[in-house]
Amino acid sequence: MSTGPMDCNELVELVTAYLDGALDPDTRARFDSHLVDCDGCENYLQQFRETVRTVGKITDDELDPAFRNRLLDAFKDFR
Amino acid sequence: MITTVDEVTLIAALRDGDESAFAQLVDKHAAAMLRVARGYVPSHEIAEEVVQETWIALLKGIDKFEGRSSLRTWLFTVMINIAKTRGVRERRDADAAVAAYTGGTVDPARFRGDDDPYPGHWLPDEAPSPFPDTPEGSVLGSELIDVARRELDKLPERQRIVVTMRDMLGFDSSEVVQLLDISTANQRVLLHRGRAAVRQVLEDYLVDRS
Repeated sequence: MSTGPMDCNELVELVTAYLDGALDPDTRARFDSHLVDCDGCENYLQQFRETVRTVGKITDDELDPAFRNRLLDAFKDFR
Repeated sequence: MITTVDEVTLIAALRDGDESAFAQLVDKHAAAMLRVARGYVPSHEIAEEVVQETWIALLKGIDKFEGRSSLRTWLFTVMINIAKTRGVRERRDADAAVAAYTGGTVDPARFRGDDDPYPGHWLPDEAPSPFPDTPEGSVLGSELIDVARRELDKLPERQRIVVTMRDMLGFDSSEVVQLLDISTANQRVLLHRGRAAVRQVLEDYLVDRS
């Protein structure tokens, strides 16, 4: 683990840990100070957040009606 | 997550044998269960059987369900246990395989090389640009959701399950670790790789579109 300034190719691998609040304090400080000076990485973080938000908007397909009916039949059989 | 008031009402109705309460719970959870179950078993048909068995297990156990966990967590816990007994895939070495892989999630060609004064930094033409704002219901927003969905479906199975549970279904990190019985570190690696792959296709799509 490096202790000097963070490079972009290191930062991009730590974004999920950063968003989870899981970086140790030193690494987090290196991450934050890199972001201050680096538009590319700031944009990368923005892209990552947008990616997470976009995946959050994916909705499941409707249940196959035949399968749904089988589940409801299982309920009737159970009673 | 704790049991919500709505859920308490539905579970009470289910105990009383209310079929519409059962249908509401099925409509709320079954599609997501199917999506995750499919990662454990060799066919869609077996995934449906696993989901069906899970609902029957709920009906059998409903009188004992105490709401200490959310119903969703209970359903996924039971379902994954059933799925594991029906799965044919070898996953004993899976954690080791995650740890062994050390490749980066961004194309190394986008960064300056070791002979550059700023090795490891973005090359000028390769630095990312912000993704555009996509208001709710916008055409571009819907396109991006479709692109993300297609990539999610293509991810390696364990990445797909983790990204689905964390980002699509909104489980928190500790729940996913517990449900999938993987380490916190590996959960994060799988999540990061999956997200990075989706980010890349979104970036490619936006570059091509402009």
